[in-house]
Amino acid sequence: MPARADYRKKLQNILDNLVIMCRHAEDICEQSVAAFVARDLELAQNVKKIEKTIDKLERKIEKASLRLLVMEHPVASDFHEISVALKIVIDLERIGDQAKDIAKITAQLTDAPVPESIKQMGVIVIHMLKDAVRSYVNRDLELARLLDKTDDKVDAIFDIIMNELAAAIQKNPENSKNALQLIMVAKYLERIGDHAVNIGERVEKLIQGKI
Amino acid sequence: MSISIKNCDLFYGDFHALKGIGRDEGMEISENKVTAFIGPSGCGKSTFIRVFNRMNDLIQNCKITGEITIDGQNIYEKSTDITQLRKNVGMVFQKPNPFPMSIYDNIAFAPRTYGIKKRAQLDEIVERSLRQAALWDEVSDRLKKSALGLSGGQQQRLCIARTLAAEPKIILMDEPTSALDPISTGTIEDLIRELKKTYTIVIVTHNMQQATRISDKTAFFLMGEVIEYDKTRQIFSNPKDKRTENYVTGRFG
Ligand SMILES: Nc1ncnc2c1ncn2[C@@H]1O[C@H](COP(=O)(O)OP(=O)(O)O)[C@@H](O)[C@H]1O
Ligand SMILES: [Mg+2]
Repeated sequence: MPARADYRKKLQNILDNLVIMCRHAEDICEQSVAAFVARDLELAQNVKKIEKTIDKLERKIEKASLRLLVMEHPVASDFHEISVALKIVIDLERIGDQAKDIAKITAQLTDAPVPESIKQMGVIVIHMLKDAVRSYVNRDLELARLLDKTDDKVDAIFDIIMNELAAAIQKNPENSKNALQLIMVAKYLERIGDHAVNIGERVEKLIQGKI
Repeated sequence: MSISIKNCDLFYGDFHALKGIGRDEGMEISENKVTAFIGPSGCGKSTFIRVFNRMNDLIQNCKITGEITIDGQNIYEKSTDITQLRKNVGMVFQKPNPFPMSIYDNIAFAPRTYGIKKRAQLDEIVERSLRQAALWDEVSDRLKKSALGLSGGQQQRLCIARTLAAEPKIILMDEPTSALDPISTGTIEDLIRELKKTYTIVIVTHNMQQATRISDKTAFFLMGEVIEYDKTRQIFSNPKDKRTENYVTGRFG
């Protein structure tokens, strides 16, 4: 049996839960975008459930991590693992919130078609999150660093969407509520992309052993 | 005073207890810093700390090679004045070991052996040493009472005061708080931080949090070798050697 077997088990448990939380974050993004694009209210309802699970996992991981810090004083790579876990859960929890907000808007939208640019943005952002998770799980420095570049693309698309929708509001003021909600969705997607970038940066530090 | 170690080997009979410490670029223990030695039991920490004041000379069959330089002088040369060396390099042990005499006489012991007889001078040394060891306020009204009546934490501070009375430049401490409660340990740790302004301190500790709290540099020992020696921050946040990592995280074995 290795030394501090119980401690190692607790640490591993936290990291396992974090990976599970990552998977839920991927799911919630995919489902919220799918619900939004297809106006699928049932799927939107499911998004709320996943969001609750994500919240619960966040609290669980946070509590276990803080307890481990106080009781076991992890150092060196163990310390990095825990401090990075504590930060990543915050990003994942925020991602959950944003996906839930997208699902909420789904229920309020009219039948006007979803602009292609937003669909495209959704696809890219989901990809980013998956890459971020993969970079964490596989300790892939290159992949982690790539996220920043992809994010520039997302930001560019977001600007295009803003202009498109601003023009649409001018042309058709009675549709402005719908257009504003679409802008909100785009903004939520953009924020999810930012959190994916954050995760990539944390993975980078973790791999390099920086505090 | 700093200590520099070049290629130090030590044998207890046939047993190779220290293996080539400072073998490549040498090992430097800096002045006015706290240097901690950590590592599993039996890896040679106490043996190594005893090298610095030639305490191992008292052990039969103990043979040491290499160069240990303190203040520009190789302390294992024949010309070394051992009494002077032990005056310069004081030592505090794991278990407080006050002499069975009064608090005053404990502190005055070393200065008396170095030939100081005048009462006023001794009084002054006793007060200064006790103040430096943060014990004066607690014992100034009972200097004539037996040192054995003090609490464990006070006894250890008394032993530190006794060491300070000899006016050393370097203080070696071998697990000085392992027999103490957390409050006394905290007091001693504060004291060590204060003392490093004036002295060079080398401390063996099995308490890793203690090493992170008080030391500037840390050496990790394993089976008679120094595996890694670096800033304490570095050792505990991003050690270079996998064996150090395994030890500090408790993954050892
Ligand atoms: N006087 C001695 N004679 C023979 N062997 C000794 C003596 N002192 C220590 N040793 C051996 O040297 C090794 C290092 O001991 P020590 O320096 O006390 O380790 P540590 O302080 O790291 O626990 C151990 O294997 C111990 O058994
Ligand atoms: Mg020892």
